[in-house]
Amino acid sequence: MKKYTYTEKKDTRSGFGVGLHEAGKRNKNVVALCADLVGSLKMDAFIKDFPERFVQVGIAEANMMGIAAGMTIGGKIPFTGTFANFSTGRVYDQIRQSIAYSGKNVKICASHAGLTLGEDGATHQILEDIGLMKMLPGMVVINPCDYNQTKAATLAIMEYEGPVYLRFGRPVIPVFTPEDQKFEIGKAWMVNEGKDVTIIATGHMVWRAIEAGEMLAELGIDAEIINIHTIKPLDEEAILKSVKKTGCVVTCEEHNKFGGLGESVARLLTTEYLAPQEFVAVNDSFGESATPDQLMTKYKLDPSDIVAAVQKVMKRKK
Amino acid sequence: MKHTISELEDIASQVRRDVLRMVHAVQSGHPGASLGCADFFTALYFEVLNHNPKFSMDGVGEDLFFLSNGHISPVWYSVLARSGYFEVSELATFRKLDSRLQGHPTTHEGLPGIRIASGSLGQGLSVAIGAALVKKLDGDKSLVYTLQGDGELQEGQNWEAFMFAPFHKVDNLIASIDYNGQQIDGPTEEVLSLENLQAKFEAFGWHVITSNGNDMEEITKALHYAKSLTGKGKPILNLMSTQMGYGVDFMVGTHKWHGSAPNNDQLKSALDQIKETAGDY
Repeated sequence: MKKYTYTEKKDTRSGFGVGLHEAGKRNKNVVALCADLVGSLKMDAFIKDFPERFVQVGIAEANMMGIAAGMTIGGKIPFTGTFANFSTGRVYDQIRQSIAYSGKNVKICASHAGLTLGEDGATHQILEDIGLMKMLPGMVVINPCDYNQTKAATLAIMEYEGPVYLRFGRPVIPVFTPEDQKFEIGKAWMVNEGKDVTIIATGHMVWRAIEAGEMLAELGIDAEIINIHTIKPLDEEAILKSVKKTGCVVTCEEHNKFGGLGESVARLLTTEYLAPQEFVAVNDSFGESATPDQLMTKYKLDPSDIVAAVQKVMKRKK
Repeated sequence: MKHTISELEDIASQVRRDVLRMVHAVQSGHPGASLGCADFFTALYFEVLNHNPKFSMDGVGEDLFFLSNGHISPVWYSVLARSGYFEVSELATFRKLDSRLQGHPTTHEGLPGIRIASGSLGQGLSVAIGAALVKKLDGDKSLVYTLQGDGELQEGQNWEAFMFAPFHKVDNLIASIDYNGQQIDGPTEEVLSLENLQAKFEAFGWHVITSNGNDMEEITKALHYAKSLTGKGKPILNLMSTQMGYGVDFMVGTHKWHGSAPNNDQLKSALDQIKETAGDY
């Protein structure tokens, strides 16, 4: 097992904030919109340096999505910022018609996704957003795994022409990917090469998969760990290559098991290469109030849950 | 004036024929408000808009128009074709397989003149505000126009947009409301009353003007007047009274022709009332 270390913990939303600021410096067409959550989305640096390119919409997310779609007409690259719940479910039809179907170059940037939002509870902890967004034709769906990757992803989506959903979160977690990484949309990152099982993880679950990989190594299991930061388009080649080698797969995501990364992988495997799969994901449930760590344990998203899933799936290998 | 009022009325007459024939041909579509807004669209595209039929999506340096109530696509398609965005003969493909003239307008098939999909109601004003903000940001002095149905105002997103535009001084925006008092299930007064719209818009901070959208001279003047009010710190709202089905005696003033196509006899009767002025497609 390749050794991963970290010197500090940071939130992925802060990676978005510095990425947005840098995007603003690199491209004068970048504009940002927010629905009364500037501090939570870490947009302050962008607003300070580019006040004329920032639009405070107020608590009106539907209007924000429409204005963002309109701002692409004339060549701007709008980044919208609010919580994941209000970036997707609340404005699904606005995104569907005015952005996705209209083919607009809007970057929908969504913080506080998943259970790790914590104490605010289920009204704010969306676990369905990946599914909602990946079903929209032409929508790119990205869920980066740490601060550095989120910053790199924010800059990468600026360069990409078309609608993107960028999902990130609130808690501080280890920063373990390189600061100067090149982020390629739709390209998997090989975290650790192994031969016994393929663990595919996205977002906050990638660090947990690394911790699980270390626990598995002690049990004599050599896990291949792949970070799928882009859920759509899926890096099918990387996944098939790995599963053909290991013969089984565990998918890990802070999302409902219905509609998430796991189902995208299952669709791929059923059509291309049959292999047993286990899902480490929320079991068709809403969340609740507690600390992020308590919730990840209760909803079975801990490294030990990944280990258990690996042991189960390996028994099903032919 | 680029055209006399009489010339504009002739164009609107041909547009009404197009609308009826398009809807009849596929026995689907929305003739009622398309007929009601034929004069507005004609005045806008043939007299008021500074636009380029050699269409570019970004529309830099030209006026933009957004249609929020996308179901009245027949009238828009007719006016776009007759003002040179695409061949008039393409109107015959309306709502048919592989057509660029979808039931509701869309950018998806690349039809020149369309900059956003609409159909799911209440979204157009927000989009127009975004485009207007970009024009201000870039120092582009051209204007942004919209049309919305009155029934559509029951959608909440509109009121987010009505609140936003005056606060952010989006004064390069002229929003028109097709105030015909009808919606699918009946008169707006019976379905969900809009109450005093003018007072509502004024309370939100818009500069409100009123007009008769079925009087060519009046609607043309109203749009020119609206143009003169831009750049003064407030968005402009043109509360435009129309009659659904205007121009056809058995269609006028009722919601029954909101989304119903005429049969062969009804088409003949309707076309007998409307002069062919520029050649049917």
